[in-house]
Amino acid sequence: MSAKSVRVIPGFSATLGLTIGYLSLVVLIPLAALILKAAGMTAQQWLDTLTDARVLASFRLSFGGAAIAALINGVFGLLVAWVLVRYPFPGRKLIDAFIDLPFALPTAVAGIALTALYAPNGWIGQLLPFKVAFTPLGAIIAMIFIGVPFVVRTVEPVLQDVDSELEEAAACLGASRVQTFLRVILPSIAPALLTGISLAFARAVGEYGSIIFIAGNLPGVSEIAPLLIVTKLEQYDYVGATAIACLMLAVSFAMLLAINMLQKWNRQRLGGLS
Amino acid sequence: MSRAATRDPILVRWLLIAVAVSFLALFLVLPLAAVLTEALRKGADAYWRSLGGDDTLASIRLTLLVAGIAVPLNLAFGLAASWAIAKFDFAGKAWLISFIDLPFSVSPVISGLIYVLLFGAQSALGPWLIEHDVKIVFAVPGIVLATIFVTFPFVARELIPLMEEQGRDEEEAALTLGAGGLRTFWAITLPNVKWGLLYGVLLCNARAMGEFGAVSVVSGHIRGLTNTMPLHVEILYNEYDFVGAFAVASLLALLALVTLGAKTTLEWWHRDELAAAGRH
Amino acid sequence: MIDVSHLSKRFGGFNALDDVSLRITPGKLVALLGPSGSGKTTLLRILAGLDHADGGAVHLNGLDASSLKTRDRRVGFVFQHYALFRHMSVAENVAFGLKVRKGPDKPSKAEINDRVARLLDLVQLSGLAGRYPSQLSGGQRQRVALARALAVEPRLLLLDEPFGALDAQVRKDLRRWLRQLHDDMGLTSVFVTHDQEEALELADEVVVMSKGRIEQIGTPADIYDNPATPFVFQFLGNANRLEAQVQNGIAQVAHWRVPAPAIADGPALAFIRPHEIEIDPSGNDAVIRHQVILGPTVRLDLHLPGGAHAEAVIDRDSHARLGLEPGRQVGLGARRVVVFAAP
Repeated sequence: MSAKSVRVIPGFSATLGLTIGYLSLVVLIPLAALILKAAGMTAQQWLDTLTDARVLASFRLSFGGAAIAALINGVFGLLVAWVLVRYPFPGRKLIDAFIDLPFALPTAVAGIALTALYAPNGWIGQLLPFKVAFTPLGAIIAMIFIGVPFVVRTVEPVLQDVDSELEEAAACLGASRVQTFLRVILPSIAPALLTGISLAFARAVGEYGSIIFIAGNLPGVSEIAPLLIVTKLEQYDYVGATAIACLMLAVSFAMLLAINMLQKWNRQRLGGLS
Repeated sequence: MSRAATRDPILVRWLLIAVAVSFLALFLVLPLAAVLTEALRKGADAYWRSLGGDDTLASIRLTLLVAGIAVPLNLAFGLAASWAIAKFDFAGKAWLISFIDLPFSVSPVISGLIYVLLFGAQSALGPWLIEHDVKIVFAVPGIVLATIFVTFPFVARELIPLMEEQGRDEEEAALTLGAGGLRTFWAITLPNVKWGLLYGVLLCNARAMGEFGAVSVVSGHIRGLTNTMPLHVEILYNEYDFVGAFAVASLLALLALVTLGAKTTLEWWHRDELAAAGRH
Repeated sequence: MIDVSHLSKRFGGFNALDDVSLRITPGKLVALLGPSGSGKTTLLRILAGLDHADGGAVHLNGLDASSLKTRDRRVGFVFQHYALFRHMSVAENVAFGLKVRKGPDKPSKAEINDRVARLLDLVQLSGLAGRYPSQLSGGQRQRVALARALAVEPRLLLLDEPFGALDAQVRKDLRRWLRQLHDDMGLTSVFVTHDQEEALELADEVVVMSKGRIEQIGTPADIYDNPATPFVFQFLGNANRLEAQVQNGIAQVAHWRVPAPAIADGPALAFIRPHEIEIDPSGNDAVIRHQVILGPTVRLDLHLPGGAHAEAVIDRDSHARLGLEPGRQVGLGARRVVVFAAP
C-alpha cells in the first residue's frame, strides 16, 4: 500500500494549514517565547530564584495544598460519583448538572464568594473555631472547590460501566459488600480515579483567581506560586517570573505524561475483554 | 431492576447520599447563594445602582467585545482543526491533538505571562512596538490574545471526537453525488455536529467572559478601559465596595447558571449527538 | 436436597415466574430448558440469592434460603459471560472466594495456593495461572469461571447458559468434559440452556419451562418420548403440527386414525416428528411438493389432502431406492402420532 492514499474529501491543506498556523500564532510561538527567555537565563539566575525562601514557600503551598485538595476531592468525588450512579433519589439529575458549576463559574466570583463564606463573620467562618479565610487553609478550600468536577466526571462513566455481574460473582464467592468494593470495584475504577485526582491536582496547582481572594497572600505563608509570578511581573522581575513559570509547566507536563501512560498501561493490561 | 445481591442496605444508602449532598451543598450551593445574598445585602436599589456605574458598564462592554472576538475565532479554528483531524489521516496527528489541548494544562497566570514576555516593553519586539505606537500588553489586544489562548481548545476538543465518530462515509457519499466541498460541509457535516458545536461554543464563551488570571496579567487594570467584568469585580472588592463587587459577580454567576442549564439541556436531549469525551 | 415451592416473580407487568415448584435430588445434573423469557435464568438467580422471589420459598437442605444472604449460601455460580475479574490473574480469580473468608474459616496462604493449583489442574489450565482474563480464549475463560466457582466448595453449582458464548466445536468438547467433571465430583448442579440438544445430552433431569411455568420435569428420554404438552413436543425437535378430530377416543389426523382415549370429543392437535413419517411409494396419501438434500438426509415437503402440509425426513439411501421426486404421489405411514386436547 502506498503511504499516501488519495484524499477524496477536499480541504485538507486549507484546514490543516489554518489549524497549524493559528495554533502556532496563538499557542506555540508565545510558549516558545517563555522557553526562549528561560534558555537565556544563567544557572545562577535559576538557582537564585528557585532557592529563594519566598519562592520555595509558594511552591510548598501550591503543590502541597493542591495535593491535599486533590486527595479530598478523590474521596468525596468518588463518593459523589457512587451516589449519583448507584442510588436513584429525588433531585439526582439536578445535582448531577450542578457538579460542573466550578467549570462554569468565573474564578473571581468563586473567590469572593468563598471568602464571604469563610471570613470570620461569614456563614461558615463564624461556625468554625479556627480561621480559614486569609490562611493557607483558605487556599485549600478554593482548590477543593475548583477541583470538584474532575474526579466526579472521570469516575462517573467508569463506575457506570462496572458490570453488576462482577459484584454478583463476588457475592456468590462469599465476599461482603465492603470486600466487593475494595477488591473488585475499586481496582476496576482505580485508573479513572487516579486520572481524576491528577487532573484536579494539576488544575489546583495553576489556579489563581479563586485563591487570591481567600488566601490572604501573606508572603512565605499563604502566597501561591501563580501569585508570586504576578508579583514578580509587577516588580519587572521577568527572570524570576519565567523561572517559576517554567518549573510549574514542567510539573504539569510531567503529570500529563503520567496520566497518559497510566491510561495506556491500563488499556493494555485489561485488553479487550468485555 | 432489583438485584438483591448488589443492593446496599437502605441505611448505608441514605447515609452516603446525605454525605455527598452535604459536600456539594457546602462547596457548590453555598458559594452561589453567598453571591446573591451579598449582592442584595443593601437592597435592590443599591444593587441596580452599582450595576449602572460607568466603569461597570464599560467592563461589561469590554467583556462582550473580548468574547465577541475570541469565540468566533476559536470557533472557526475548531471547525478547521476538527475537519483536518477527523476527515484525514496524516503523520503527527496525535501530536497536533496534544498541542491543541496544551492551553488546558497551563496555569492562567502563565498564559498571560507568555504574552507579556512576547509583546512587553522589555521584549525583543518591545522597542519596535513602542516606536510604532502599537499597544498590545496592558491594552485590549493583549486581553483578547490571552482570552483566545485560554479558550483555545474548547470548540476543537468537543468537535474532534464527535467528527471522528461520524466517520467519513456521509461526506464521501455527498461528494460522489456531485456536491462540492463547502456544500458538503454545510449540508452534511455541520448538521451532524451542530449540537456538539453549540456545546463547545457555550463552554468557550463562559470561559472567555469569566477568565481572570490570564487577563489580569496582561490588562494593566485601567478602570473604564482595560477592565473586564471579572477584573472589575476584583477592583471593586479591593476597594471594599462589596455590594458593587457581588453585583457584577452575580451577573457572571447568572452567566454560569445559564451556561450550565443550556449545557444540561443539550446533554439530556442530544446525548447521542454529543461527543462522550472532552467535557471540560 | 433443594426444594422450590410455589415461587413467583414479576418484573413490572411481566410474569417471570408463576407458581414454580421443583425438587432437585442431590448429585444430579439438572437442566432448566426453555426459550428466552421462560423464567429459567430468573429461577437460577433466585436459587443463588441474586434475586428475591415475590412469593414462595426455596429450601436448601431443609433450611429456608430467604434467611441466607447470597454470600452465605455456598452456591457456585458460573455466569453466562463468566464475569471474571479483569484486574486479577487466573490464579487470583480462583483464589478470590478463599481470600475473602474471615476468621477461623480462612485458609492459610499455603492452603489457598495448594487448592488453586489443584483446581487449575482439574480444569486443565495449570500453565496459565499468571495470565489475565483478556489473554484467554472463550473456552479457557469458561473453565476459569468454573474453577473459581468450585474453589469455595459449593453445595450447589449453578451455571447460566454455560456454553452460550462459545463456538460450536469448543462447546461440544466442554460439554463432554463438564459431564465427566460432574460425575467425578458428584456435585448437585443446575444449568440453564435454551438448546434442547445440550439439555438432552448433558442432563440427568430436564425441567422444561415456558412463560414462567414448568411444562414438564423428567429424564431426557422421558420428556422426549412422552411430552406432556404441545409446547414440550415442539420445543424438543422439529414437529409437524396437524389439526385432528376426536370421536369416541379415536383421533382422525389426516388419513391416520390414532387412539386417543384420554381426550374429549371435538377438535384436537396432533404432532408427528418428520423422521417418524414413513414413505410408501405405492400409496396416494400426499404429493411431494419439494425436496431438499441436507447432507445425509433428504427433507420432503408434503402436500396432504385438505390443504395441510407436513415435512418428512428420510435418509439418502431410502430416498434413492424409492426413486422419489417432486410431484410424485406417495403413501404415508407414521411410527408415532401424539394427540393433545385443543388448547
